[in-house]
Amino acid sequence: MEALAKTDFIAKEEQAAKPFVLWRPTAQTGLMSWLTTVDHKRIGLLYGASALFFLVVGGLEALFIRIQLAVPNNTFLSSAQYNEMFTMHATTMIFLVVMPLGAAFFNFIMPLQIGARDVAFPRLNAFSFWTFLVGAIILNIGWFRPDGAPDAGWFGYTPLTTRTYSPTHAVDMWVMGLQLLGVASIAAALNFIVTIINLRAPGMAMMRLPVFTWMTLVTSFLIILSFPAITIALVEIMMDRLFGTNFFEVSNGGMPILWQHLFWIFGHPEVYILILPAMGIISEILPTFARKPLFGYPIVVFSGASIGFLGFGVWSHHMFTTGMGTVATAAFALMTMAIAVPTGVKIFNWIGTLWGGHLTMRTPMMFALGFVWMFMIGGFSGIMHAAAPADLQQHGSYFIVAHFHYVLIGGSLFALLAGIQYWFPLMFGRRVSEFWGKTSFWVIFVGFNVTFFPMHFLGLEGMPRRTFTYDGNMGWNLGNFICTVGAFILGIGLAIYLIAMVYAYYKGPRSLKDPWDARTLEWSLPNPPPVYNFQVTPTIHARDSWWYEKQHADEIAKEEAEHAKAEDTHGGIHMPFQSIYPILAGLGILIGSIGVSVVDPADPTKYPGFWGPKIAVTIIGGAIMFVAVVLWSLEGNEGYHIHLNPDGSIKGDGAQKHY
Amino acid sequence: MSSQAAAATLDHHHDPTTSTGIPNKKLLMWAFLASDCMFFGCLISTHLIYRLHPPPGTPIARQVFSIELTSFSTFILLMSSLMMALAVNAIQKGNLKSMRWSLLTTIFFGCIFLGCQVFEFNTFVHEKHLTITNSILGTTFFTLTGTHGLHVLIGVIWLSGMLLYSFTGNLTQKDAIDVESMGLYWHFVDIVWIVIFTAVYLLEYI
Repeated sequence: MEALAKTDFIAKEEQAAKPFVLWRPTAQTGLMSWLTTVDHKRIGLLYGASALFFLVVGGLEALFIRIQLAVPNNTFLSSAQYNEMFTMHATTMIFLVVMPLGAAFFNFIMPLQIGARDVAFPRLNAFSFWTFLVGAIILNIGWFRPDGAPDAGWFGYTPLTTRTYSPTHAVDMWVMGLQLLGVASIAAALNFIVTIINLRAPGMAMMRLPVFTWMTLVTSFLIILSFPAITIALVEIMMDRLFGTNFFEVSNGGMPILWQHLFWIFGHPEVYILILPAMGIISEILPTFARKPLFGYPIVVFSGASIGFLGFGVWSHHMFTTGMGTVATAAFALMTMAIAVPTGVKIFNWIGTLWGGHLTMRTPMMFALGFVWMFMIGGFSGIMHAAAPADLQQHGSYFIVAHFHYVLIGGSLFALLAGIQYWFPLMFGRRVSEFWGKTSFWVIFVGFNVTFFPMHFLGLEGMPRRTFTYDGNMGWNLGNFICTVGAFILGIGLAIYLIAMVYAYYKGPRSLKDPWDARTLEWSLPNPPPVYNFQVTPTIHARDSWWYEKQHADEIAKEEAEHAKAEDTHGGIHMPFQSIYPILAGLGILIGSIGVSVVDPADPTKYPGFWGPKIAVTIIGGAIMFVAVVLWSLEGNEGYHIHLNPDGSIKGDGAQKHY
Repeated sequence: MSSQAAAATLDHHHDPTTSTGIPNKKLLMWAFLASDCMFFGCLISTHLIYRLHPPPGTPIARQVFSIELTSFSTFILLMSSLMMALAVNAIQKGNLKSMRWSLLTTIFFGCIFLGCQVFEFNTFVHEKHLTITNSILGTTFFTLTGTHGLHVLIGVIWLSGMLLYSFTGNLTQKDAIDVESMGLYWHFVDIVWIVIFTAVYLLEYI
């Protein structure tokens, strides 16, 4: 058994140091430690901080939109500026807020929930984050350029995005930025899949995984299977724009409708990529605060997975108005209605969890209950669109805007805000003020409904989406004004939330371990969790494993002591080395993407032939990336070992000695 | 127990440190290939859809293609898969010398395939007047086969890097998984070519 338990890492200990010297950063604190980190918890925090920053950016864009629409014939924004605002508001909120906030929790929480010490590929994880950041920069760089920000809508429908109709680099930046976000998401998702399947602690069977981890797994599969569709669509539009191909060039046989299909084959699973992590968070919070196990755990897991499967078969319900023919329309309508079944099942399971529970109304619970209610409203209006004849009336109207904001704010964002409140004590060891937390909930809840509920009526009264202004005699004045007032209330609510959070980060009262008396494994850790996560790799005996441990404390303590001794004699805890190469590769990608999407093509009079600044910048960026990747692979996935004192502190100086 | 056996011959199909016993790198590669299937799926679908709606003046594919040349390069690519499998087998047995020869042959065959593609593209553009911009056939054909060619090129660079690395002495039997996951990628690229060869070339001769 001994020989089997010895891993690669230990066997290498006797091996001589590598012949070539590669620089290894070892900083534990300061800027360098963050830039070279491979710790999943730190990467999670980086994702979270970026996402909250972009939440503010996207929120301001939303407020500008609402100011413009507050009164008829407003001139606060020009039509061109308005196009930039709604394009960037949507792109930011989807790709730079909700997805990375989800990724923050995948990174920080998921490995802790399965009893792992890190993700399977820590450097790839860092690379995902830096690539995400580069994509975010490329998307937003237009604000500071004469070309302006992307302005063709988050859906980027052709032929609007072809060079004929969008001649500036703004759309190039949008295309490039989304490509990079796709690469980042796919790399991260591959990592999570391997981590969840392969790095579970002993005894953590698949059907004992916390539901949040399950939803991470399903979401990751959705990401790796749906992002290729938009990547190829973006490659095609990029080829059209850069090299003059004919994918969407009608005069040469191209068909713009192809873009819509490829985009929505990605776009609809994307909707579930945004909502499934939220459902996972809710499935953690409700049992904790109802002090009951999740009602019907297997059903919740399977309905999550079937939402994932069905999600690939409903994309054309975004295209009912394109005239696909009756059979296709009927098939997609039925499929769309079918997907409401597993979603409804989940809602009933959550209600079943609450039923007869001892509910504790803390801030995370408030947001979670708000989620269930608001998400249901979004779901109901969603089901209305599934009926194709009804959708023909609602398509492109504010009714749709109301619907998806109920799903994305009332759904995704409420759950993510709940998740931040719920895991904040674990992440930072401090508590957010209960008073300000609840205040922010009520202000957000009221503001959100005042903003978006009237939009249902505006839509049914015929107000089109994406219109930058409207006449005063359409009957939309009152509704729009109420929406704008609501948007400011919502903004104030989010501001209270964020300020209370930042204040708690610096000055909040210290939190005890496991402040909510929770059920899943991450709460077995001291807060904030130490760099090595688990002092001893836990052994899982039940589904709500931490709850079980609390009920069987003596037995578990004995077992852990034995395992601690065994692990120590096996060489201690293996930690991965930090690495500079993920961020270097990201830097190369940044330079290369600027070359592709921002630099002007060469002026043939100044640079005859192939070479020019555009090609040069692109190649320099590509070369940096290539060198970084080569050095990355030569560096190897090695690490060092630490031994712990019984109190969890690291023995010796904790120096990162090569083994 | 089986500990002696485990110490004596490395078990390349089971990794005791993971929950499932599948090595992490292999699982990563399988998941990536699933994702790559979707990339090629979208490109191939694009080609097949546009093939059905050629605008007037689109070149006839049969008059452009040279099925003899492509059949030859397809055969060579398939043989490279055989050599790749031999390389993986060799490193799993710790036979570095054999692995190097097999890798070198794989690279050589990969380069022949790429050479055929360069020649083919050159002929199409200059003699058959099929360019990436002048027709929808050229657009989808060059993008699809070019993307595949890029995959082969990345594979050749990866194989060459591994071959060079094997001379540093750091590549041992224990690292067979690195060669194996590279092999998975290479086989996948070959399999995709079988699909492309059928859907793009053979389909025109039915």
